[in-house]
This record gives sequence, C-alpha cells and structure tokens, in this order.
Amino acid sequence: MARVSSATGAFWRDERVLRAAAQIVSAVLVLAAIAWTVLNLLEAAERRGIALSFGFINLPAEFPISESIIPYDPSKTFGFAFLVGVLNTLKVAVIGVVLATILGTILGLARLSSNWLVNRIALVYIELHRNIPLLVLLFLWYFAVFNKLPSPKDSVVLPGPIFLSQRGLYITSARLAPSGLIFLFALGLGVVLAIVAWVVLRRKREQLGRPTYYAGVSLAILLLVPALGWVASGGNPLVLDVPVLEGFNFKGGLRLTPEFGAMLVGLVTYTAAFIAEVVRSGIQAVDRGQVEAARSVGLGSMQILTLVILPQAMRVITPPLISQYLNLTKNSSLAVAIGYADLFNVGRTMINQSGRAVPIFGMIMATYLLMSLITSLILNLYNRRILRVER
Amino acid sequence: MAEAADPGLLTLRPPEPPGPLAWIRKNLLNTWYNALLTILSFVVLYIVLSAILRWAFFQADWRPVTRNPLLYLVGSYPRAQLWRVGLSLQLVSLLLGISTGLQRGSIRYLAVAVGLILGASSLLPLTGELDSLTARGFLLVNPLLIALGYVLASRLAISGRLLSIGWLASLVLIPILLRGFSQSESVPTVETTAWGGLLVTLFLAVGGILLSFPIGVLLALGRRSTLPVVKLFSTAFIEIVRGVPLVTILFMSSIILALFLPQGFRIDRLIRALLGMTLFSAAYMAENVRGGLQTIPKGQIDAAKAVGLSNFQTTLLIVLPQALRAVIPTIVGQLISLFKDTTLAIIVAINELLSIGKAVLQSDIEFLQLQLEVFVFIAAVFWIFSSVMSYSSRRLEERLGVGER
Repeated sequence: MARVSSATGAFWRDERVLRAAAQIVSAVLVLAAIAWTVLNLLEAAERRGIALSFGFINLPAEFPISESIIPYDPSKTFGFAFLVGVLNTLKVAVIGVVLATILGTILGLARLSSNWLVNRIALVYIELHRNIPLLVLLFLWYFAVFNKLPSPKDSVVLPGPIFLSQRGLYITSARLAPSGLIFLFALGLGVVLAIVAWVVLRRKREQLGRPTYYAGVSLAILLLVPALGWVASGGNPLVLDVPVLEGFNFKGGLRLTPEFGAMLVGLVTYTAAFIAEVVRSGIQAVDRGQVEAARSVGLGSMQILTLVILPQAMRVITPPLISQYLNLTKNSSLAVAIGYADLFNVGRTMINQSGRAVPIFGMIMATYLLMSLITSLILNLYNRRILRVER
Repeated sequence: MAEAADPGLLTLRPPEPPGPLAWIRKNLLNTWYNALLTILSFVVLYIVLSAILRWAFFQADWRPVTRNPLLYLVGSYPRAQLWRVGLSLQLVSLLLGISTGLQRGSIRYLAVAVGLILGASSLLPLTGELDSLTARGFLLVNPLLIALGYVLASRLAISGRLLSIGWLASLVLIPILLRGFSQSESVPTVETTAWGGLLVTLFLAVGGILLSFPIGVLLALGRRSTLPVVKLFSTAFIEIVRGVPLVTILFMSSIILALFLPQGFRIDRLIRALLGMTLFSAAYMAENVRGGLQTIPKGQIDAAKAVGLSNFQTTLLIVLPQALRAVIPTIVGQLISLFKDTTLAIIVAINELLSIGKAVLQSDIEFLQLQLEVFVFIAAVFWIFSSVMSYSSRRLEERLGVGER
C-alpha cells in the first residue's frame, strides 16, 4: 500500500496511522468483550460455587449410557463417558457416510438415466428429502417406524435371521471358531494374491496389447484360496451367534438399538439426497466432447464410465462430497432429540450430572472443531494434489 | 400445393412431434435393461403409492391435525388477541402485492403461491377454532390485499424507496404489534412463551436471516480486509461457528450464555434462540457474501479508485451492490435451510411447529399413537414452504442469469 500524503497532511490522514488505529480499536473492542464475559463468569462461578476446573474428569460418572462400543458402566469416569459419546458419534457417522455415499451415488446416476420413470422417481426422492427438515425425518423414523415395531415376541423376521422389534435390530453375528484362524489366513492370502494378479496381469496387458483376463483370474483367486482355507479348517471356521428369544427379550447376536437405527436411516436417507445432487452435477460437469471422443476411439460404455467420466468427475465431486460427510457428522448431534447417546447427548447428561457446564461445553465444541479441522485438512491436501495433477 | 412441389421446402419441414408410443419407446424402453428397469419401477411405484394412498385416506386418523389447526399456526397465542397476528399477515400481503406490482419479477411466483394458499385455506372445510367466519375472513382478505397492492403499485406512483421503507417498517412494527405493551389496554403484552407453532418458526427463520445479513456482510468484508487483526477475528468467528453443529450454538445462546452475563441480566428465551440462529446464520452468510465479493472483477475497483472514490465509497457504492446482487439466490437457499433448521429450537424448549406436534400427541390419550399422522403433516407443511421458496429462487436465478448477459 502506498503512503498517502503523510508529509503534508495531518497524522489522521496518514493511511498507516489509520490502519494501525483501526486494528487497535477492533482488537481492544473484541478483547474487552471477551474479558467482560470472562469476568462475569468468574464472578458467577464464585457466587454460585460453580467449579471451572477439569478435575471432575476423573470422578465416577454415575449415569448409564444406553449403548457403547467399549465396555461402560456408571462407575467409569466422566472422561471415559465422554469418550463413549465420541465413539458413538463416530460409529453412526462412519457407517452413515458409507451408506449415504452408496445410496446417493445410485440416486445421482438415476437422475442421469435416460429412463424417464427412473429419472423422475429419483427427482421426487431428492426434492422430498431436501425440503423436509432432518429432525422431522428423524422423528418420523424413530417415533413412527422404529418405535412402532412389534414386541420381541412377534418380531419381524428377515432372512439371516434378523429380528426386527421394538427393542431394536437383532442380527445373527459370527464369531471365529478355534480352527477359524486357518480360514482367516486363507482369506487374507486370497485378497493379497488377487490384488497382485490384478496389477501384474493388467500391466502385462498394456505391454503386450492383448487381453490377459485379469479380472477373471483375480476373481478366481479371490474365491478359490479362501474356499480351500474353508475346507482345511474343517468346514466350519465360524460360529454363528443366533439371537434367541428369552423371556421378554433376545439374547445373543448383534444388537442395534432403535435409536441407532433411526439415526442411521434418517441421516443416510437425508444426506443421500444431497450427495445425489453432488454426483449428478459432477458427472454433468464432464464435457460431452470427452464422451464422444472416447466413443470414437472405440471404448465401450463401461470403459467410458470408468476410464473417462469418473476420473474427471471425481475432481468436481470430491470437495463437496467431503463437506457433505462433515455435515452428516455434525447433523448426528440431533441424536439428542431421539435419545441416541452421541457426543452432544452424553455431554449434556454430563453437564446435568456434574454441573460443570462451561468446561464440558468447551470439550464438546473442541471435539466438533477438531473433526471439522481434520476434514478441511483432508480437503486442502486433496485440492493441492488435484492442482498438481492438472499442471 | 405449390410448397409440396418444392422438394427443398419439404425436406426443411420440422420433424413430426413424436407420438406417445414413440415417446414411450424412446424414454422407457430404449434398451432391454431400461425396459426391465421401467417394469420394476412401475411395480415399486404401484406398491408404494397404493400403500400411501390407502393409508392417507382410509387408515390414518387425522384428528390430531384437524381438531385444532390453530395450535399449529400460533401455539397458545391468546385467542382474543389473534387479530394482531392476522393484521401482521395482512400487512405482509399488502407489501407483497405492491412489490409484485413494482418489480414483476420472480417475486410474483411467491405472491401467487401465498395468495393461493391463504385464499384456498379460507375456503377449506376448516375445523376447530378456525371454523368461524371471522377466521375465514382474516384469511380471505389476504389474496384480496395482494391484488390491491398490485393494482395500487401500477396506479399510484409508489417508488421503490418507499416500498423498501415499508418493508423495513413492517419488520419493526410486526414484532412490536405481536409483543404488545405492558401498559396498554387494547394491545396488552403477549409474552413470547405464549407464541408458538408456525408463527415462531417463521419468526426465527425470517428474523435470523435478516439480522444475520448485516453481520454477515461485515464479517465477509472483515475476512477480506488487509488489516491482519480484523481478518483474524472475522476468520476465527466464521470458522468456529461453521465448525460446530447448530445444536451446540443454540445450546450455548440459550443456556451457557447466561453464565457469561452479569447477574440479573435476563434475555427473553425466544430472543436467546433467535440470537443463536442469527450467529449461526451470520457465519454462513459471510461465506456466501465472500463468494459474491470474489466475483467482482478487479477492474471495477481500479475504475472506482481512478474516478476518485475512497476505499469506503468503493466498497459501499461499487463492490457491495454488485456482490450482493450476485448472491441473492444463495441467500434464498440459506433462508430455506435456516427455515428447516428452526426445528432444532425444540431442543432448547421453544414451541416451534415441531414441538407443537409433539405436544398435541400428548394432549389426548387417543392421540398417543398417532405420531405418523402428526409428523407427516408437519413434514408436508415444511415441504410446501421450502418448495415454494426454492422454486421462486430458481426462477430468480434464471432471471439474474439472463440479466447479466
């Protein structure tokens, strides 16, 4: 910035002085506001005896949490309870992101379908979900669907068997039998060998210019090696844990609570509508000439999709997709309205239980900020890589 | 006859519009897998639609909705004071009509939609407290006022500036009218705890977007400022608010904030929620406006400097008007999402539309199991409002796009 007439003008016309003054004034104002609120807080803390320290973290939490990935009981500490909440948030977010991506991609492709009916059905789905608040959808799923399921005695049985009832979803799960290690080893070996075969044969095809059937060969390896392991382990490497009705509830199996189910379905169906729009606009952003050029050099429609359209569309799709993932994670805080024990919900219970509103609220905010920070870090790395590729 | 003899004209004739059969073949059955998809879609569609229709017309028990629709509109606003809500609505209708008459832009879609919805609802077989001639009159007046405003705008020379003043005045007048005065006999105070339903939902959404607008513009300018301190504060505020969910912001403004204020300093509960919505919306508004600021070519600023405008004048007279015009559709989009987000106020015990629904479910033992009916109804209300807004905004976007060329 050029200095403006400081030699002749008064000092208040000097741009440097003005800039410095503006910054000092704004800094003083902001800092004074912060100081004022902090002083108020300290005064209120003294008057009402609110402790502001983090010492409570090691005290026993003394409240139950409805579900947890890690073993939890009320005798565990507040810090541990908070961790349970964070893990529950991550659980619904990670599963939700995977499912929402799948559903969103299907819907996005359906919107591009030349089939008029498929196209319109996808459009109606998207318009319906984008214009209804997520919380209303969650209420519908939780209060009107998952809570209305029959009692465990009359539960709906899906193949698996999976039992759907008011108490949640009981899924037949599998545990590894003692002899199962052989199978597990064979499974890992099969995957590794299949990948190696894929890479090697594909490179060979490019060098030799004739088909090497890389897909078929690696698929065969992927199926055959674990099958051999299955036989070697004596035919039953896995022990099924089938849920059994005992009294008023099921025992065994993997349980998903109705709260988790409603959260997951609500978040996935809602976010998928937004992801569908991201996918659609990303694919439409690829120049039509690219497809025509690919067709004219003789690529098939599958090859056009995987070799020409998707690599280019992914550049447009990835940044908004990642921010949709972050949205889904942040939206999982609505769990508090239907009683899923996520980070915010557990935090709120901790505030009620301990009275330490300020430090706990700080922890909640900091955790969400950390998630956002990591997301934007990934986004920046991706953008930088994309920029380098384009050069 | 002469044309038929001319082969050149024959070949130039536009192709026949495809018949319905050709259309079906082209759009539904062009390949074997598309034919399969079509059949599958038809089956799914039939099953889903027939189930929905059967439920809606024969199985659903709509009494929680029909018994007292007024609850969903205004909550427990005193019934003797309802004319204040009606009058506010009519003021908005009149202004909307005048705006349509003056601008004739995409706002007419909004005006027509509002007029149709209000006019139609006055003729519907209304139930509960709405089933009165007075209530119907209050509703039916609105489309007439929109029409009146439209005519007035073309007959009288109402300037755009006067209209803006009218809108701004209404924004101040309506909350005052709804709240009332403590000393007054004719307009006594109605505490905000009595406000509810759609009234509160609209209050939070419209209030939030309007209050967040100036803050957002300042933050956007601050973030682009060359002053490091100003830039730091603006960026920090924007990124922190955007990094956390709205629930935490609402929780902060409603519950935590009280700890940071002097003793005895009480803010009304609805205003605290509005404050949370505003701060949240301001951060997103700032990013939208910043997007608009980035579209302004540097030449505009250089030209403004060349004709001797100061930095302040350049920003206020050259940069902002163009930037804001470019982001109007985005701001409408933000209004829609804020409108949907008002439902989160249920978590801090505000009686917005969704929490009225929950309360109605608990109001009668026969309603306890009718969650599906109540929440479907509320979803429909949100869907209609959001769709009308997003349709108007899309038309606006098209118009602005055309205008730029």
